[in-house]
Amino acid sequence: MDFLFNPWPWYVSGFLIACTLLVLLLLGKRFGMSSNLRTLCTICGAGKKTSFFNFNWKEESWNLVVVLGAIIGGFVGAHYLSDGSIPDISEATKASLEQLHISQENGYLPLELFDIQSLSDFKVICILLVGGLLIGFGTRYAGGCTSGHAISGLSNLQLPSLIAVIGFFIGGLIMVHIIYPFIF
Amino acid sequence: MKKIILLIVGVVFGIIMYKSEAASWFRIYEMFRFESFHMYGIMGTALFFGIIFTQAIKKFKIKSIDGEPIRIANKEKSFYRYIIGGTIFGLGWALVGACPGPIFVMIGAGFIPMLIVFAGAMLGTYLYGVLKDKLPH
Repeated sequence: MDFLFNPWPWYVSGFLIACTLLVLLLLGKRFGMSSNLRTLCTICGAGKKTSFFNFNWKEESWNLVVVLGAIIGGFVGAHYLSDGSIPDISEATKASLEQLHISQENGYLPLELFDIQSLSDFKVICILLVGGLLIGFGTRYAGGCTSGHAISGLSNLQLPSLIAVIGFFIGGLIMVHIIYPFIF
Repeated sequence: MKKIILLIVGVVFGIIMYKSEAASWFRIYEMFRFESFHMYGIMGTALFFGIIFTQAIKKFKIKSIDGEPIRIANKEKSFYRYIIGGTIFGLGWALVGACPGPIFVMIGAGFIPMLIVFAGAMLGTYLYGVLKDKLPH
């Protein structure tokens, strides 16, 4: 059972992600996570004012079932298949954490941002909220996220998805290398 | 029946995201610093098999379990929406270390503050819907 409990190697994980795509396609569905955010907006009533959200959300409800599963999967992974310790990142990355005031003795996510007690820090709340805003706005603008573009779109050899993925990296590199020193 | 299969697919996907560490802020941070092969290995392998699976479905006109032809929609041709939208998403992805799938996975894992990221993502999606016609696409 050790192979289940230890972090999975990249080639196992990558293969299984491709299998997720395959199974969803064989079920006559798509592999895309961010469109669920649009569906949830519609369920909250956003369609009354904005036409973008005015669609029959029931046709997309299958994807919410996948999301519900993903939430359960996260629970199972965290509680039964791991000890929640910090990933085995490279020494160079570990060393650089100090400049960000993020401890090397940490959990699966940095507790400085994702511990419940961190919510008493207004700055942390702003970081999380702005991060979410950028993710929600950006994925809908680009028409997909990592699953919809980087996996599904590129697997279908779509040039638009390649442009989007280049955008993902432009944004990510700007954030980590230019903006991080001003935030952390 | 199909709902149960979809639920199981979701559960397995959530476990994969957790166990691959692709849902960890640390791995995303490390990826954008080019200090490990891990995330590139995951995406490379997923793409290698993803391309084989997708192209096989198209070439052999494989049908879905309902017996319907599998239609994989092409993305509409454009440049600006992908590069601008993609960059905005990349900024957020690197800031909180989670893309939309892992946001849900990490909520399930019990990281309560991720609910704020989720609320922000809902707000961001709504803002896009409101501003859509004013943005270059």
